[in-house]
Amino acid sequence: MPIIIAKNIEKIYNPKTVPVHALRGVDLTIDKGEFTAIVGPSGSGKTTLLNIIGGLDHPTGGSIEVDDTDISKLSDNQLIDFRQKKIGFVFQSYNLIPVLTVEENTEFVMLLQKRPKEERHRRVSELLASFGLGDKKDKRPSQLSGGQQQRVAVARALAPKPTFVLADEPTANLDSVSASNLLDIMEKMNREEHVTFVFSTHDQRVIDRARRVVTLVDGKIDSDILQK
Amino acid sequence: MFLKLAWRNLWRNKRRTAISISAVLFAVLFASTIQSFQKGTWDHMVDNVVRYYLGYAQIHQKGFWDEQTLDNSFDPKDVPASLYKTVDMSPRLESFALASSGEITRGILVVGIDPQKETAMTGLKNHITKGEYISENDHSVVIAEGLAKLLKLTVGDTLILVSQGYQGQNAAGAYPIKSIAKFGAPDLNKQLVFMPLSLARDFYGTGERLTSLAVNLPGRAELPAALATIKSQLPEGEFEVMDYKKLMPELVEAQELDTAGAMLILWVLYLLIAFGLFGTILMMTRERTYEFGVLTAIGTKKKTLAGMLWAEGMMIGIAGAILGILLSIPVVYYLNINPIQLSGDMATAYEKYGMEPVMKATFEGWIFLRQAVIVFIISSILTTYPLWYIWKLEPVSAMRE
Ligand SMILES: Nc1ncnc2c1ncn2[C@@H]1O[C@H](COP(=O)(O)OP(=O)(O)OP(=O)(O)O)[C@@H](O)[C@H]1O
Ligand SMILES: [Mg+2]
Repeated sequence: MPIIIAKNIEKIYNPKTVPVHALRGVDLTIDKGEFTAIVGPSGSGKTTLLNIIGGLDHPTGGSIEVDDTDISKLSDNQLIDFRQKKIGFVFQSYNLIPVLTVEENTEFVMLLQKRPKEERHRRVSELLASFGLGDKKDKRPSQLSGGQQQRVAVARALAPKPTFVLADEPTANLDSVSASNLLDIMEKMNREEHVTFVFSTHDQRVIDRARRVVTLVDGKIDSDILQK
Repeated sequence: MFLKLAWRNLWRNKRRTAISISAVLFAVLFASTIQSFQKGTWDHMVDNVVRYYLGYAQIHQKGFWDEQTLDNSFDPKDVPASLYKTVDMSPRLESFALASSGEITRGILVVGIDPQKETAMTGLKNHITKGEYISENDHSVVIAEGLAKLLKLTVGDTLILVSQGYQGQNAAGAYPIKSIAKFGAPDLNKQLVFMPLSLARDFYGTGERLTSLAVNLPGRAELPAALATIKSQLPEGEFEVMDYKKLMPELVEAQELDTAGAMLILWVLYLLIAFGLFGTILMMTRERTYEFGVLTAIGTKKKTLAGMLWAEGMMIGIAGAILGILLSIPVVYYLNINPIQLSGDMATAYEKYGMEPVMKATFEGWIFLRQAVIVFIISSILTTYPLWYIWKLEPVSAMRE
């Protein structure tokens, strides 16, 4: 069952001044439960594509349907609401709010959704325990390692059980052990909760663990391979 | 939750927040102290003149104030008897005279009074520093302390007065000094001589006439009602009724001018504080652009973010205002019960302008409240910056920084 249908996506930055053709007609369909890597050389348009799928940026052309909604038609405020309800985000770094504890960061999106306190706490302690962060719940992000911070970011993204999770180079700033740990928990959640993951990466070891690998070159899909 | 977040954000940069709060605090402290002093000193001065002598209002023959001669005096029987019953008034016969003792001669103000009524109104009896108060049938005078000093006279000595009486008559007399009284306002202290009304009438040859009726009121608050009563009962066109503001326009004007000057200084101060506060708010906002990008990306509504930033700015302002007021209250209260007695050059300068050399702070709630309101308004204006900043924020460009 497709949850993301992107058709002929074009993105031109600064069309009026120095136009940059970041995406040149991308067609991509993501089904529920996928564990997909978007790869490609630097500047090939990975971040741009993820931003458009995630409703953070508007495409210059083409259409994008997420969970049966044409998100190119939504206003900025509707998009914020849409993201909050449907999508989990993990960015490369500095995902967390420095003044909130691990626990508060993890429940943040659920709080925005006004979920009851009890549900939030149950979900958060379950996730933190399964991510090996149970003893860190009262710590501030600055007291954690980079790998731990990224795990909290994944926990925050997963807490409200979003339709899918988008992660732009989630392991880029991690050593290989932390990167592999992060992939472990992502795989586990994909397996156990059937969460759909779409992530971009440069790292061959991360690419190897994806089930589907979409390669972008110069703003176009160069290859689309199912592994394993 | 978002208030908690705002609160914690304030303490991310403890030093900056503390400095901003202190800046507001000192502005509030400074402003309320200055204003209390300013208002207190002037009120004190006005009250000195009003309570010690002038009264909150006076009734004269029409035209008397512009040309203060005995020929502009009036017959007290022309004032309706009902008015004497409803409003407490002290009858006076005032005119200028020359006072001399030995080689020294001074221009002075001779005031014929009803000793009972006068002391009921101005407390003249309590201002006596030496000798005894006069009574209705005495053939003696009360002289102001400053004047006595200038003339080198004391109780028991004789004061020689020369003047022009009613309708061009000559007036001259020698009067024993029965007592010396002290007046707060230096002007009054250097020129007042009181004598019983009948004695003054003899001296000036006016018969039963008066120059003024000074209205005795407990305070400023009762003035409007009293004026209304007086105006409704006095015969049209024959009399003039003047409140203390009209009786001493220079003083009122000087107070207004001085207040405007002080306000100007305060506005400059507020402006400086506003700039400082704006710097803090600017930094607090801009340095967190990436974080705001993440927050909007994961679904935080802009109004929520804006509310958080607004709360941060307002908390600094309000904390500063509250602490400032808490600190001002005891300071101003202290200065209220312990007026500063000026000495040396300052005192001379004050006296030159007819002011008692005392700086006294008034203790009035509205002065503190006003600081709070001003800080609130300034903070509200400044916090529109982060609101605008959040409004135009786009998550993608925010996170590219
Ligand atoms: N906001 C922007 N304004 C102008 N050009 C942009 C903007 N964002 C991206 N680009 C350009 O668009 C192209 C695609 O960028 P994008 O960030 O999507 O690539 P990427 O594959 O994510 O690269 P990397 O691996 O370095 O993260 C690049 O040439 C980039 O310089
Ligand atoms: Mg990128």
